[in-house]
Amino acid sequence: MAWDRNQMAARAALELEDGTYVNLGIGIPTLVSNFIPEGVSVTLQSENGMLGMGPFPYEGEEDPDLINAGKQTITELPNTVYFDSAQSFGMIRGGKIAMAILGAMEVAENGDLANWMILGKLVKGMGGAMDLVAGVGRVVVVMDHTNKHGESKVLKSCTLPITGKGVVDRIITNLGVIDVTHKGLHIVECAEGVTREEIIAATEATIV
Amino acid sequence: MKKIYGSAEEALHGILNDGMLIAAGGFGLCGIPELLIDAIVKSGVKDLTVASNNAGVDNFGLGKLLATRQIKKMMSSYVGENAEFMRQYLSGELELEFNPQGTLAERMRAGGCGIPGFYTQTGVGTQIAEGKEVKVFNGKEYILEEGIFADISIVKAWKADETGNAIFRKTARNFNPPAATCGKICIIEVEEIVPVGSLDPDAIHLPGIYVHRLIQGEHEKRIEQRTTRKKESA
Repeated sequence: MAWDRNQMAARAALELEDGTYVNLGIGIPTLVSNFIPEGVSVTLQSENGMLGMGPFPYEGEEDPDLINAGKQTITELPNTVYFDSAQSFGMIRGGKIAMAILGAMEVAENGDLANWMILGKLVKGMGGAMDLVAGVGRVVVVMDHTNKHGESKVLKSCTLPITGKGVVDRIITNLGVIDVTHKGLHIVECAEGVTREEIIAATEATIV
Repeated sequence: MKKIYGSAEEALHGILNDGMLIAAGGFGLCGIPELLIDAIVKSGVKDLTVASNNAGVDNFGLGKLLATRQIKKMMSSYVGENAEFMRQYLSGELELEFNPQGTLAERMRAGGCGIPGFYTQTGVGTQIAEGKEVKVFNGKEYILEEGIFADISIVKAWKADETGNAIFRKTARNFNPPAATCGKICIIEVEEIVPVGSLDPDAIHLPGIYVHRLIQGEHEKRIEQRTTRKKESA
């Protein structure tokens, strides 16, 4: 039994450290905010210019001037603060954001990340992904271990154009948790019912 | 010097030229200079290069200027919420220069501060770094990015006083302040022009020194992704 999307998000939420500022990407990473452990308080950054991102508004209370980086309507919290895009990426590039939890298409054993260009699909742009992976303290990737053809997304080297070189610290997949270390990929944890051997078999990259 | 103009058309009169570089504020459809975009469409000026994080949607925001083929090149971080954009791009009618979002914002900020270039770690080792100078500081690689010096800036603020001291509202601030500073002439559109003295000097986001022309008008403020939650029943 591998983890489902919510279980992956719940596992990723255990990475959150109390009192830190964190950026969550689109997709499964967004679900992480539903599983923030009790006693842990984090402030979510939205790179379009906000710290202290709140939940979606109630119907009828949407504000066109208040959106997240996915252009979705959201709400503010008592500690919310707004700033412009230059300052927003100043805090990202400047290393003030402790961690980013992001989705990915491929991760390589040297920590290279590919998540902005799919071959054969229209390229829409990297948005803030390159800035985030280059600037934040720790990059945690949450993704399925294999693609829809059953091929490993954890590779010896990325086949897609990369978003950042050697930037990934930890990979959380439906099969378990893998760390990128200077010696190579290291299995930290297996999902319930998944064995180490199964993770190794599903991984193209070398596990040390 | 009089900064307030009667309409977007009047505010842009005499300063639009074919082939010019325009820096535009906004993120998605949030905080975009709707009225100035409409007036640029009407002016018929063409071969524009536009530095803007996004390119609008079909028939709203910068999508209107794409529909009329007035844009030659976009400098953006994320595009393609727009079928006409993709059509023109794929057919080679439109040039596109991808910039990481923070690099684009910093390029505008730098231009506004008189800084022609800066080194950043963003994009090192990626396609973005191709052809750019690489320099090592403290053992880490950085790439050289250039400041943007635009001919004009088009910006949307919430309120401004008669001298152009402006404030923005919530996440509609986004690229507007850096875009405002990097243009030789900055035109801002606001929802309300208020008398001098009615804004708290400590709370101004954009000092009027950056603002050359100012208009007030009605904004549609379209929502791109309406997401809500249900009220829990009592």
